[in-house]
Amino acid sequence: MGLYLLKRLLATIPVMLFVAVFIFLLLRLTPGDPAAMLAGDYATDAQIEEIRQKLGLTEPLLKQFIIWFFNTIQGDLGESFYFKKQVTDLIAARLEPTLSLSIVTILLTVSIAVPMGVIAAYRQGSWTDRLLMGFSALGFSVPVFVIGFALVYVFAIKLDWLPVQGYKRISGGLLPWITYLILPSLALSVIFIAFIARMTRTSVLEVLGEDYIRTARAKGQTESKVLVRHALRNAAVPIVTVIGFAFAILIGGVVVTESVFNIPGLGLLTVEAVLNRDFPAIQAVVLLFSLVYVLINLVIDLTYTLLDPRIRY
Amino acid sequence: MSLFTHRAFLTGAVTAIALSLGIQAITRAAHAETELLVVPHADPKILDPIWTTAYISRNHGYMIYDTLFSLDANGEIQPQMVDTVTRSEDGKTVTLTLREGLMWHDNTPVTAHDCVVSIQRWGGKDAMGQKLMSFVENLSADGDMNIVFEMSIPTGLVELALSKPSSNVPFMMPARVAETPGDEQITEYIGSGPYVFNEEEWQPGTRVVYEKFDGYVPRTEAPSGLAGGKVAKVDRVIWTPIRDIQQAVNSLNAGELDIIESVPADVIPLVEDAGAAYIKDPNPPGLQYTARYNVLHPPFDNAKVRQALLYAFNQEDFLEATVGNPDYYTVCKALFGCGLPFETDAHMEGLLESNFAKARELLEEGGYNGEEVLLMHSTNVPVLTNLAPVAKDLMEAIGMNVKMESMDWSTLVARRSKKDAPADGGWNMFITAWTMGDLINPLTAAFLNSSCESALFGWPCSEEIEKLRDDFARAGSHEEQMAAVVALQAAWREYPTHIHLGQWASPSALAKNVDGYLQGGVPVFWNISK
Repeated sequence: MGLYLLKRLLATIPVMLFVAVFIFLLLRLTPGDPAAMLAGDYATDAQIEEIRQKLGLTEPLLKQFIIWFFNTIQGDLGESFYFKKQVTDLIAARLEPTLSLSIVTILLTVSIAVPMGVIAAYRQGSWTDRLLMGFSALGFSVPVFVIGFALVYVFAIKLDWLPVQGYKRISGGLLPWITYLILPSLALSVIFIAFIARMTRTSVLEVLGEDYIRTARAKGQTESKVLVRHALRNAAVPIVTVIGFAFAILIGGVVVTESVFNIPGLGLLTVEAVLNRDFPAIQAVVLLFSLVYVLINLVIDLTYTLLDPRIRY
Repeated sequence: MSLFTHRAFLTGAVTAIALSLGIQAITRAAHAETELLVVPHADPKILDPIWTTAYISRNHGYMIYDTLFSLDANGEIQPQMVDTVTRSEDGKTVTLTLREGLMWHDNTPVTAHDCVVSIQRWGGKDAMGQKLMSFVENLSADGDMNIVFEMSIPTGLVELALSKPSSNVPFMMPARVAETPGDEQITEYIGSGPYVFNEEEWQPGTRVVYEKFDGYVPRTEAPSGLAGGKVAKVDRVIWTPIRDIQQAVNSLNAGELDIIESVPADVIPLVEDAGAAYIKDPNPPGLQYTARYNVLHPPFDNAKVRQALLYAFNQEDFLEATVGNPDYYTVCKALFGCGLPFETDAHMEGLLESNFAKARELLEEGGYNGEEVLLMHSTNVPVLTNLAPVAKDLMEAIGMNVKMESMDWSTLVARRSKKDAPADGGWNMFITAWTMGDLINPLTAAFLNSSCESALFGWPCSEEIEKLRDDFARAGSHEEQMAAVVALQAAWREYPTHIHLGQWASPSALAKNVDGYLQGGVPVFWNISK
């Protein structure tokens, strides 16, 4: 297990290296000039060129890459072209909103989607099953921003129960923090509920036909115990895989929800950085997202050993 | 068998509703009465209003810095930090005496030396500042209170330049800050304006906090435009950028915000119908759409072809396509804007009326033979998106061969500075917008600068236009300035540098309890109470 973990961690190095080279080159090949964006509309060519030099963008590409690469492996992700702040500080400030949104969304998703999938499987072919899977299909089909606006209209504007937009840090109190997360998490969780509920239903259905389920029932166990202890636990591997990926997607891809609800997270930082060609910020967040994907993959793989004793590394 | 009971569901639902209502009460109560929550038009990323021309940095500048002169609501120049102006008999020495009691935010007094260094930094960066400095033989401080300009000619340019309302505004900074080279951003944000920048609470992209400066001594005159007494009537002003305008309006209507700085015309009915807020324009002259030619490459290297578009275009088509509501746009032929000090229709007869026959005639005279026009189309700035298709349509109506390339604004900004031929990554035309504060006279109107290589992208090159701009700078009276403006419009008609496509408004939305929002061409937050 220890050796496996070490191997997997070492394997992340070439992956991250590839991502680093790829994103660095991609940004330099993309049209757009951070110096021109920084300088503003009135800037003359000479002023833009001056800024370009200050940013080090006139250096040969290889030299730029080497400087950035060696700084990065020493933990220095550079200074944002725009905010004149260290990118690590910017990311640190944006991490909490994105993590909060992701964790609340995943908790909401799991607490709704898994029971939904189990019930649908248990009641296969019934109206309950059709209703739940119908909701699931709808969840897939409606874009997040539509759900977001609908929720805002009902719960913030018409009922005035929840705030329209914004984010409160957890240090400001648990209640304000969760209040501002309810609507965005709901909006974001719909598609994941749809997906995970379907996956749960399929997995549980496969397991429900197994001999050990019949045995458990024959022993006189209650239906809820049969479902939770025997069916769900044995169906857990694919469900956990999907939940893990959902979490990774949430951390790296909640741009629309963060935009609609004005949550100052990593998604918005990425969009702003891309629109302004803030190279250090883009490079840093892409590397971070890649690292998150790799590590979540690893965690998922390790989780399998807990869920299924037959799996050994 | 049921896995969930109805009772459990109901208990949960009731608890959730009660909890949310309680939480709402708590968060609303926490919203202090003396805080003004503002949604700015952009996120202020760069806090040096001299280093960049970005409007949001300019607006930040007005919060924390003060100016020597300002324009009032009528466009008249008024002293602001200055108490008196004295001129020598030959008119070449101009002495500005500072008001008593001016303090920096670190509670040290404002001195003439601070102002001299600030003027020098601004004069090295800003086009109008450079023009002013070209007439300055010596700029010095006489004691702590007097700023002395020794000019090569007698001119009214000192007050005109130092009252420049838009980017780059000549904001005064402490000497130690203003000594920062012009090509580097300042790192200390201390001014002498009515609000103090709270750097500790600054969360880039999320929140900018300004606090009332207790040491500010406002002028005694009533506020008017950017001039008069700058009285901070709220304790804190908090800027919270919201990218989605619909959500910003929802939030304003729900009572969560006080001001949205810029509301597109199509969203205004949502504000008005909800009844929780009202519309007021801080910038009555508004903005101007402007099409820019690149004169380096065919076909716009030919003045006749450029003139053809003055006849082919009409402002209403562009304004209808973008603004749509005539209440919020103005057709205006005057090169330096309508409702502003240098408004005149001289030499504009027959132009901008979509006279296609005359336009075709000019194309023929210019020898246009179907060269491709590369028109850059910005797609991610909503107020600009619909302009290029209208231009393409009008150019095609007179037989021009137009290739419209769509791109995001960042790409357009990078590409417009390229002098290469359009086929090699350059361009022929694009359309943008300026606030009228940038276009009020021949020196601030950057697209009129025709100094060839030194001109802005598009690089027009006309000795006559440059001479007339210089005449304007040397003019000693409004009449002389007006004469230069009229002559300039004639010269521009012969050698078009750009086409003005109409004025439009981007007003603000204010909560019903917000009062005192000034109309100075720039959104400012003194004098506002709630």
